[in-house]
Amino acid sequence: MSSATYAVRDSTTMLRRNLRRMQRYPSMTLMLIGMPVVLLLLFVYVFGGTMGAGLGGVSGGRADYANYITPGVLLITIAGVVQGTAISVAMDMTEGIIARFRTMAIFRPAVLTGHVVGSMIQTLLALLVVTGVALLVGFRPTATPIEWLAALGILAAITFAVIWFSVACGLVSKTVETASNLPMPLILLPFLGSGFVPTDSMPAAVRWFAEYQPFTPVMETLRGLLLGTGIGNSAGLAIAWSVVITVACYLWARKLYNRDPSR
Amino acid sequence: MSTPHPAIRVTGLRKAYGKKLVLDGIDLEVPAGTIFALLGPNGAGKTTTVQILSTLIDADAGDIRIDGRDPARDPDAVRDAIGVTGQFSAVDNLLTGEENLKLMADLRHLDRAAGRRRVAELLDRFDLVEAARKPVVTYSGGMRRRLDLAMTLVGSPRVIFLDEPTSGLDPRSRRTMWQVIRDLVGGGVTIFLTTQYLEEADQLADRIALLDHGRLVAEGTPDELKRRIPGGHVQLRFTDPTGLDLAARMFGDGSRDDDALTLRIPNDGRVRSLRTLLGRLDDASIEVEELSVHTPDLDDVFLTLTGQPHKERATVR
Repeated sequence: MSSATYAVRDSTTMLRRNLRRMQRYPSMTLMLIGMPVVLLLLFVYVFGGTMGAGLGGVSGGRADYANYITPGVLLITIAGVVQGTAISVAMDMTEGIIARFRTMAIFRPAVLTGHVVGSMIQTLLALLVVTGVALLVGFRPTATPIEWLAALGILAAITFAVIWFSVACGLVSKTVETASNLPMPLILLPFLGSGFVPTDSMPAAVRWFAEYQPFTPVMETLRGLLLGTGIGNSAGLAIAWSVVITVACYLWARKLYNRDPSR
Repeated sequence: MSTPHPAIRVTGLRKAYGKKLVLDGIDLEVPAGTIFALLGPNGAGKTTTVQILSTLIDADAGDIRIDGRDPARDPDAVRDAIGVTGQFSAVDNLLTGEENLKLMADLRHLDRAAGRRRVAELLDRFDLVEAARKPVVTYSGGMRRRLDLAMTLVGSPRVIFLDEPTSGLDPRSRRTMWQVIRDLVGGGVTIFLTTQYLEEADQLADRIALLDHGRLVAEGTPDELKRRIPGGHVQLRFTDPTGLDLAARMFGDGSRDDDALTLRIPNDGRVRSLRTLLGRLDDASIEVEELSVHTPDLDDVFLTLTGQPHKERATVR
């Protein structure tokens, strides 16, 4: 067999391992999916009335707000699930099994690609569940099938980027606890962006950050695709951010993974 | 194969972490089909040696051949030939025993039928059939070690590295493990193991090398090494420092502990030599509070070969 065949075969084996581990440890997946669902319900049913009125839309109120925050909640979902990625990568690195993999003639990056693809599947499932709940509580998208596909593409691109970030977090951490804390600030990004309130309602410094951070163009693009608001240059920015984060974090993760394991 | 190359050949192996020299010029040769034990205290460099020979880390200098291949130039060829069971259990705790073995079969690129056969065979051989479908978290320490070793064997390696294979096991699991290791060499496999226990090396190994502070201080068959150990020691405890002083002067080859008022003298523990010893103490009218006889252990080996018990040496690092 050629080395390319081995690369695919070993990566598939590792993916199977990771999916099985998720299956054996369902409480983690449930917790990771549960958190954005709880936030969604909280924001729609507790804050929704007041916040929706502040949006200044035609109908205003709770229904408008459910539409407004769904893209942000989807990004919180991604940020939450990848915390699990960092934890499981760190668990692998702190346990003896990684030494076993390193002393076997297998495609070296397979351990990482297994985690990445496994987390992609886990995140897409979580996004599906959260979108379902959003539809139940008043999210009313106007997207065509093509726009849905494009939205899925944008979500997949930013997910892939953020997963590589948390793989690197898992590799750089000495303990599992650190690994679970490192990607935590990602969850705040939708709040410090256009996720829950329009950025022009924020004070200057916060507003500057909110407008230039990577999650804002992603949320604006999703809003545009799903609800028909203006997209402008957001789509291009969203894709550019995804590519830059992916490449930088992939290189960082590769460097961390290949360093002398005894140090 | 008629090639007479040894399973492991190492010359001039060196490794340092920063300024700390961990391995200082190791030379080893292990013939195929034998068990070799690397014996030494904690911090001697045993694990580092295994990590280098098993391609986990790079050496700073030295020439290494594992099954005729050079790990520096062709690590994957070496990895194909070896199996490693490290000091820390290398099993996936969330998977079952069977799934762990299946994972190894897939990573060793066995085809489906061959993999299933090999997994069933190993479960049976390591007495894990009943526990096969239970998650590894529920396994006892002994079962975990057996699974660990079984996983190492899935790819039928020709050279097996075992880093302290019985540390932390109860005496009965340790004996089971010894039998498992002995059975392995029957099939022509070469085993390189590290241990802190002289008894373990003695029980298993064809040849033993003693590692101390990154240097080999002795190498030979268990019998050759034991001939160099006087056969244990007796420990004398005195009521006052005067008695200790007198006795220490009389037995020049002992090692004394002024706080505990004890003196340790090499002695084989036979009645005749004990009688001689007591006779000498009586003749000099030295009062001894207590006498205890100790069979040879790693301490004695180091006491004899390096002049200091290894525990004391280990703490002055």
